[in-house]
Amino acid sequence: MVDVALEGGSAMTVREQADRAQVLQRLRFGDIAFRNLTRAAAIIVLLILGGIILSLIHGSWPALQKFGFGFLTSEVWNPVTEKFGAIAPIYGTLVTSLIAMLIAVPVGLFIAMFLTELCPMWLRRPIGIAIELLAGIPSIIYGIWGLFVFAPFLQQHVQPLIIDTVGNVPVLGNLFAGPPYGIGVLTAGLILAIMVLPFITSISRDVFEAVPPVLKEAAYGLGCTTWEVSRYVVLPFTRVGVIGGVMLGLGRALGETMAVTFVIGNAHRISPSLLAPGTTISATIANEFTEAVGDLYTSSLIALGLILFVITFIVLAFARLMLMRLNARVGA
Amino acid sequence: MALYDTRRRRNVLAKGLAYAATAFGLSWLVLILAVLLWEGFSGLSLAVFTQMTPPPGSAGGLLNPIMGSLVMTVIAVAIGTPLGILAGTYMAEYGRYDKLTTIVRFINDILLSAPSIVIGLFIYEVMVAQMGHFSGWAGAVSLAVIVVPVVVRTTEDMLILVPDTLREAAASIGLPRSLMIRKVAYRAARAGMVTGVLLAVARISGETAPLLFTALNNQFWSLDLNAPVASLPVVIFQFALSPYKDWQQLAWTGALIITIAVLVLSITARTLAARKSS
Repeated sequence: MVDVALEGGSAMTVREQADRAQVLQRLRFGDIAFRNLTRAAAIIVLLILGGIILSLIHGSWPALQKFGFGFLTSEVWNPVTEKFGAIAPIYGTLVTSLIAMLIAVPVGLFIAMFLTELCPMWLRRPIGIAIELLAGIPSIIYGIWGLFVFAPFLQQHVQPLIIDTVGNVPVLGNLFAGPPYGIGVLTAGLILAIMVLPFITSISRDVFEAVPPVLKEAAYGLGCTTWEVSRYVVLPFTRVGVIGGVMLGLGRALGETMAVTFVIGNAHRISPSLLAPGTTISATIANEFTEAVGDLYTSSLIALGLILFVITFIVLAFARLMLMRLNARVGA
Repeated sequence: MALYDTRRRRNVLAKGLAYAATAFGLSWLVLILAVLLWEGFSGLSLAVFTQMTPPPGSAGGLLNPIMGSLVMTVIAVAIGTPLGILAGTYMAEYGRYDKLTTIVRFINDILLSAPSIVIGLFIYEVMVAQMGHFSGWAGAVSLAVIVVPVVVRTTEDMLILVPDTLREAAASIGLPRSLMIRKVAYRAARAGMVTGVLLAVARISGETAPLLFTALNNQFWSLDLNAPVASLPVVIFQFALSPYKDWQQLAWTGALIITIAVLVLSITARTLAARKSS
């Protein structure tokens, strides 16, 4: 065989050599073309982000020019007189997200602790998958469920109870004053908590699992309890990653639209009571954008979108930096 | 001895909280799915898949929004997947240690969790406002913008997992790099890349916010992508907030269809990924 192959090689005609050169040429060209194609695609990803920022700035320019810095501080939102201010939706966005994080962070961390330390091996995967399915349910499902099931339940059973008990406490009572509407800032915050819980849980679980077993075994060997290992070994080691995960969840909560739009009540005012209807940036845009008449109205809504994007960009960038720092340390 | 007791009590308390938290988290999944199945199935019939959305007060189905969602999803995947795979290929193969890759990875991660309503505003500005009308194309492109980061991320992750020895073997028999990537690396990473596309489809099939002011909505049968197109999530949004009982029932049924589709897609994706890793 070898001889035959060699013979064939030596008997190569000029023409064959030319063919071969041509094929090589084509392959080389294809190589360069493919490389540049992929590079262009990578650059397009950057252009998408650039496009988002530029188009939002362009769209919100009329509103920002008209209202200036006052847009950020005014509570007025009046389409008839064309006076717009963003503080009520900004307030709603921040408060609903804060409620969501107050509930979802401790619960998520405890679930992650359960999954990494306490759960029997055979149950880990099913529960992990279930939590991830919870993350995959589209937000509109949470919205419709919140509107038809959760809000009426809160209105009939939970909120009257809160108003009768906590509502009478001085100072704190202001947060829970007024009639039980069902829908409102608190309901939106609770729905958001359910929505971001799986994100926080799955990232915390992943970073908890990245703790070197030696560290935990050493602590257990000293006689530490499960709680002490989690609190004084696992958590300090993974702090950066947990903060990253929490920020990622916060980014979700801030930008979440549909679930909130269903249950917040869409009222442009800042009310001291958490039971009162309010609005968030995303809910305002979702509710009013298609009905907005006049350039200034549309532009003000896009300006709201710009504010939302800036806030979430900062939060998400911070989250990614934190997670990258953790990866660098675990990798090293 | 008192110290031991305190520590033990604290441990029991913390463990109890961990169990309670898990039960709490899982109970929401059960509650939501139970209500959804109950409400959704009671309205499920053949008419849902064969008739158009009705005017208030009469019977009808969800055929036009289902078709609209399918068409826009297919176009979004057709635009977003090649773009995402190519970008992911650059990051994992050609420019693994580039500065460009680091920047793209960072930006891509931000796009991955950027609020989808902002993407709707972006497409409104660049397409709807320029063309002067709402359109199915605008809806499909805004969904494609959501597909891209998901596919970029999984493609990069999966290609990095391909052992370098495979690449070296391909290079040693004289394969040029582009052929090596297409014939060897893609093949080795195929299951993971398919998973990424499935996850992206699952992600966009429930997306409502970016469609609200790009594809808008359409009461009638229309596959003209230059006109407003109905989609399942937007119809659910509109019908659920309406005061009409039939519309609310259709909203529940639509919600059930979306959820089943999403769950099937993500479970398929996970089993694919799991089979690959084992």
